[in-house]
Amino acid sequence: MQTRFGILQTAVVLSVAAIGICHASFGFAQSESASVSESPISESLTDAEVIAEINRLIEQSWTDNEVEPSAMADDFEWARRAYLDTVGHIPPGDEIEQFVASEGRAKRAQLIEKLLDDPAYVRFWTTNWTNLAIGLGNPDGVSRLGMRRFFREVFGKNRPWDEAVYELISGSGHYELNGEVNFLLAQDIREDEGVRATANATRLFLGIQVQCTQCHNHPFNDWKQDQFWQFNSFFRQTRSEEFERYDETSGQMVTDYVELKDATDDPRAAGPVFFEKRSGLMQVAFPTYFGVEVDPSEGTNRRSELARLMISEQADPLVAKAFVNRTWGHFFGYGFTRPVDDMGPHNPPSHPVLLDYLTEQFVEADYDVKRLIRWITNSRAYHLTSQFNENNTYDNPAAGETPLFSHMYVKRMGAEQLYDSLIIATEAHKSGRTSWDAAEQQRQRWLQQFVVAFGNDEGTEATTFDGTIPQALMLMNGELIREAVSAEPGSFLHTVMTDSKNHPEAIGRIYLASLGRPASGSERNTAMKLIRGSETPLAGYQDLFWALLNSNEFIFIR
Amino acid sequence: MNLPTPSGMDRRHFMRHLATAAATVPTLEFISHVKANAAEVRKKQKACILMWLGGGAPTIDIWDLKPGSKNGGEFNPISTKGDLQISEHMPKTAMQMDNLSVVRSMSTREADHTRGRYYMHTAYVPNPTVVHPVFGSVVSYELGSARSELEIPSFISIGGAAGSPGFLGMAHAPFTVDSNGRIRNANMDSMDQQRLKNRLAMLDVVENNFINSNRGDSPLAHRQVYEKAVNLMTSSQMDAFKVEQESSETQASYGTSQFGRGLLMARRLVEVGVPFIEVNMGGWDLHNNVFQTLRDQRLPQLDQGISALAADLKQRGMADDVVLVCMGEFGRTPRINQNVGRDHFAAAWSVMVGGGGLNGGVAVGETDADGVRVVGKSYQPGDIWATVAHALGIPLDTVHTSKRGRPMRIANGGQPIQDLIG
Repeated sequence: MQTRFGILQTAVVLSVAAIGICHASFGFAQSESASVSESPISESLTDAEVIAEINRLIEQSWTDNEVEPSAMADDFEWARRAYLDTVGHIPPGDEIEQFVASEGRAKRAQLIEKLLDDPAYVRFWTTNWTNLAIGLGNPDGVSRLGMRRFFREVFGKNRPWDEAVYELISGSGHYELNGEVNFLLAQDIREDEGVRATANATRLFLGIQVQCTQCHNHPFNDWKQDQFWQFNSFFRQTRSEEFERYDETSGQMVTDYVELKDATDDPRAAGPVFFEKRSGLMQVAFPTYFGVEVDPSEGTNRRSELARLMISEQADPLVAKAFVNRTWGHFFGYGFTRPVDDMGPHNPPSHPVLLDYLTEQFVEADYDVKRLIRWITNSRAYHLTSQFNENNTYDNPAAGETPLFSHMYVKRMGAEQLYDSLIIATEAHKSGRTSWDAAEQQRQRWLQQFVVAFGNDEGTEATTFDGTIPQALMLMNGELIREAVSAEPGSFLHTVMTDSKNHPEAIGRIYLASLGRPASGSERNTAMKLIRGSETPLAGYQDLFWALLNSNEFIFIR
Repeated sequence: MNLPTPSGMDRRHFMRHLATAAATVPTLEFISHVKANAAEVRKKQKACILMWLGGGAPTIDIWDLKPGSKNGGEFNPISTKGDLQISEHMPKTAMQMDNLSVVRSMSTREADHTRGRYYMHTAYVPNPTVVHPVFGSVVSYELGSARSELEIPSFISIGGAAGSPGFLGMAHAPFTVDSNGRIRNANMDSMDQQRLKNRLAMLDVVENNFINSNRGDSPLAHRQVYEKAVNLMTSSQMDAFKVEQESSETQASYGTSQFGRGLLMARRLVEVGVPFIEVNMGGWDLHNNVFQTLRDQRLPQLDQGISALAADLKQRGMADDVVLVCMGEFGRTPRINQNVGRDHFAAAWSVMVGGGGLNGGVAVGETDADGVRVVGKSYQPGDIWATVAHALGIPLDTVHTSKRGRPMRIANGGQPIQDLIG
């Protein structure tokens, strides 16, 4: 571990030197090599300059709204947050210990670099975007594997986001070989004339909600009914075809694979789309993207045209803006609009200048996802504690207020974060008793408990971990927790109890592994009492570990 | 101090012990309030059962038929024990209509599933600045909080997700179960009680520390959910979920469908004091082949379920205590589409309301001869929920305050429907 960290430190020193300067403005970490940051990484501004501007704009909003930012988070609080937000799980106890003990003004920036290079970063962002693109369930005729494979490449190679969007919109072919097609396959492209594809493509990649205009002009925003159908007409050539094969074991025909294709030579798919006004009048809509018309005749591949238009240079690059808003929301719990995918004049952003600035820089940086994350996670606001102070209590978006980012908002872990954190805390990943496949299947089975489907036929699914009673029961009594505290040889608890010199040390390690911080004096005393009062010390440790894993502090990203 | 496992032990005795045992660590506050002797079942407590038709039912084919119109479809109306006619495929319900009424003049403005579900459940249209509580959460907050003998959640949603408690907090979230009523991970049999006590006491310490560190409301809401989960794990009231304890005749009367079983469970839950139960029945998004689907599948189940529940409540003397509401996110287009289906339609449609001491057998309001628009006064979800609130004895001037201090009138200021409460 020491070696790995050492290598990383060397590897990132150049890139983080540029970032170090950003902390100067709040006295956290002044870079010794500030001059390095003056040499631009590309045509665009340096990371340090972008971060400084984010800080300036956020600080301006504090002044304007007369709030006082909270203090800086300590290393324990900040590192746990950075791990959960970036790689999707809590820090292993030994890593957080090393981080806190390490010296150097740029160590936080270095940790971010380490996390961005961690394979778990790729897995976490792949999972997030797979869920966004195809939902949590397993729809028929959709390859989750294919979808994951696509996003794994996007985040693993840090491919430009506009390229990814281009492929998700325009891709065609085999659902495992050309994984991007699963986004559209999951929208039931066969069933409903592309209505869901229209609604979800605009929501997810452009950050605008047009679905309500399917039947009527939207009462609150600028969308008109014909715009919905103009967008929709881009998807009208799209077809999916299922290929079957004979399965010898069952004696039945089963799905072999699915292909997404376009009927560009089908005259029935050419021309306008017809839709019905509420009044009963039939109307026509031609493929048009924000006023740019596309040739509706046979031979035009409309989806390719749409994808090209979406990522083409334009005054308001919505693909970039939508990604920036969602990504900011990921790290801070709240985006600049609420919800993050409903932008427009009806729903003004909390920090319009900052949103536009970040969008512009993201485009300038060639849609570099890791750079965007670097800017956000190195900004001052991301380093503040989640504790309110006396002069920012009303900065409380949970109460419906506009977020000012004057302290960190606590976020509930997502289901995947929770599962993976439990595995890290209990070191189940180190026991090596199951294969990767088996472990992944177990993970999926567990996660299925969080999928909630609503009772309509649009296949709407609610996400994940919202802290209901069944979920509390699962955490208190479920199999995973029972195993976690079982203290079998090779488990974390077993190791701690056999390795530790004394009770305080063992208690400290259990706190560090679960809550990512040391136990306070009174917490240690309470734990000691519990352990002494238990039938066996083992039982006491198990109960302590159980309580920590079930606590609100464990569940929340603070 | 190791005690016998609770498997051979009365749960109530266990709770008493848990609450009073000498503690090696600070006493667990949040179970100490549980009373050792629960009150007798309170049959006279008011409750509401919402039958949710997910997807939006074609009410024109169920509650407001249009014989003679091109929109009338394939079904005929029949007479009922009330002063109104309903679909011929609801014959058993027709016999209960003396106690049930239909509001035929609903006119809402959300024809999208998600928005419609939100609007009908909350009486508010979606708004990015606040999450409004669904009405089940409102009733849980108003009535459930006061029922100290109730050990299970005060808002239960059977067979689906009902929505969010919004600013009322997760403690009033719907507790979702399937129609078999099996609650995962609530089993106490393998749990040593002293161990559980130690664990909860330790949990209390950790959670208090985090709440006291000034991080907003979420950590407190999380803890309240745990309190409820602990209560539930140890409660004999969990038996209410076991419909198999009913006689085979009773079970048969409700039918074998998930909806029927869900309604029977709802009645049992009302009997232990749960004030709001939602029973979900999906599959109403009938863009295609509406008549065959209704005739062969949906309406027989709906008819059997509603009629069995209404008759059962009457027989048990509970008819005036339990308000019944049957609705979905909107109605469906009067015009029959080219796939012999009906599409989303919110401009003129029907909701069934009954029981709870409301007037039965009444048709409130009307639509024109083709079912296209409401004639005269129209109603919105706030009016339905205000009527329910009135029947449940929740004062209509009740105001809830969102976390940012914004006052929210109950049912969005809707008014009880006079034809039903007069």
